[in-house]
Amino acid sequence: MRKIDPSEITPEHIYRSRRQFMVGIGALAAASLLAGACGPSAPPSEEAREVDGPATTPEPPPTAGAETDELGDKLTEYAAVTGYNNFYEFSMDKESVAPLAKNFRVRPWTIEVGGLVRQPRTYAIEDILARFPSEERIYRLRCVEGWSMVIPWLGFPLARLLEEVEPLSEAKYVRFAALHDPEQMPGQRNSWFDWPYIEGLRLDEAMHDLTILSTGLYGKLLLPQNGAPLRLVVPWKYGFKSIKSIVRIDLVADQPTSLWMAAAPDEYGFYANVNPDVPHPRWSQATERRIGEMGRRPTLPFNGYAEEVAHLYAGMDLRKFY
Amino acid sequence: MAVSARAQRSSAAARRKRRFGAWPWLSIVVHLGSLTPLAWLIWQFLHDQLTVNPIQALTLRTGKYALVLLVLSLACTPLSTFLGWRQVLRVRRALGLYAFLYVSLHFLIFVGLDYGLDWKLLREAIFEKRFALVGFLAFLLLLPLAITSTRGWMRRLGQAWKRLHRLVYVAALLAIVHYMWAVKADLREPLAYGAVVVVLLALRLPFVRRLRRGLEAHGQPRSQTVP
Repeated sequence: MRKIDPSEITPEHIYRSRRQFMVGIGALAAASLLAGACGPSAPPSEEAREVDGPATTPEPPPTAGAETDELGDKLTEYAAVTGYNNFYEFSMDKESVAPLAKNFRVRPWTIEVGGLVRQPRTYAIEDILARFPSEERIYRLRCVEGWSMVIPWLGFPLARLLEEVEPLSEAKYVRFAALHDPEQMPGQRNSWFDWPYIEGLRLDEAMHDLTILSTGLYGKLLLPQNGAPLRLVVPWKYGFKSIKSIVRIDLVADQPTSLWMAAAPDEYGFYANVNPDVPHPRWSQATERRIGEMGRRPTLPFNGYAEEVAHLYAGMDLRKFY
Repeated sequence: MAVSARAQRSSAAARRKRRFGAWPWLSIVVHLGSLTPLAWLIWQFLHDQLTVNPIQALTLRTGKYALVLLVLSLACTPLSTFLGWRQVLRVRRALGLYAFLYVSLHFLIFVGLDYGLDWKLLREAIFEKRFALVGFLAFLLLLPLAITSTRGWMRRLGQAWKRLHRLVYVAALLAIVHYMWAVKADLREPLAYGAVVVVLLALRLPFVRRLRRGLEAHGQPRSQTVP
């Protein structure tokens, strides 16, 4: 494992102790978070937004939040969340991503939102941070490879942004594109994949309250290895759906083809909902290993969010639409 | 007395020489090279340096070492026949057995550490998914080869030993398929190993061997007659 300079990481004890403190004052918010379906909790701290580069954050700002997700499972260590990353744009080796992404430039950064919308817009990342207040969402992240984490994201519902650009009635899907910059992202010189990274959601999935655009985690702005400065988080789908370092969002009429669908169409479908009963063609998805634990635990349908999202797929054959 | 002691010493030296050949360093390199990764892996495991997903790291690393050693063991015979480097034949068995050691660790980590001997999960993981199944088959094929790797078994089995041990190529090809099915999409690395295995297998095919003998007989006659 990469040696991480103590000054570089966590101050997790501080984070946790501040959280304890906040739980005291913000008991209501914390309780609603525990009880509710990962609902919004406290507003984001000003501190998180003032800092203009992720690496310069001296210590995590206070956030209100629980120590666990709503199922009672502990948050994954900050060092693991920021040191073990699938981000093929940098490297296929999970621990090489953070060092390779260290100098990734996240400013200036613009996100174009267009396609079938009434009000196409180009946002500077600063606009996004200022316009859409972030809230903490504690979500499980289940990788298609069979491991999982619990991550306290900062972000806002994608629906807020989509409402601003006013999708036209022909818009049925949302297509996301990540940055294509082989100079900065050495993994993009790997011509096995058809860069840039593309992902997509059906419009109702995109508008669902659980679907967020994330700007941070553990109370800090996102680090490059986690998809800075802006990434998608769709907690009931396999991790690869949650595209990182987004530069373009388009509303479209036809189902987009994601990078993974193009790379291996019989293995990675458009929906990619976490489903223990639909195995990957080559391996089982019935169990997963929570990072930080030794054994395996059963994988939950829709990653534990079935109550909130199963209705989106009513009547669909989930084996066919994997 | 002195003479006989010297004779004894020199005969011991000759035995050593017979055993290790003129290349004792080759044996040393093979043993050190095969055991060091294991020692390093154990050290890293004990010091919590195997990523935040140590079981996966252990599985991947033991699998990779097993494949590398298997390929090296398969390379011995072609190195000897084509390049005339006969000393490598002396380390062939050691390489094969070390490969088996890593394959066994790979399997035991999967069954014991990863799946905690949960037979229900294991049955599903191994028998319902081709990826683990071909790996398991490769392990099963290598098992009798490891057992019959001793001189005693070689003697007892005679010609059958050779035929039996050709199974190592089947095991190697299954291991390549297992590797290809284990990666998410980028097949370049498993294909590279696969290409090496296929070349090594091709070099052993009777057709290629006849071709080589033919070329050799044509180009550089073996027995030169002195006029």
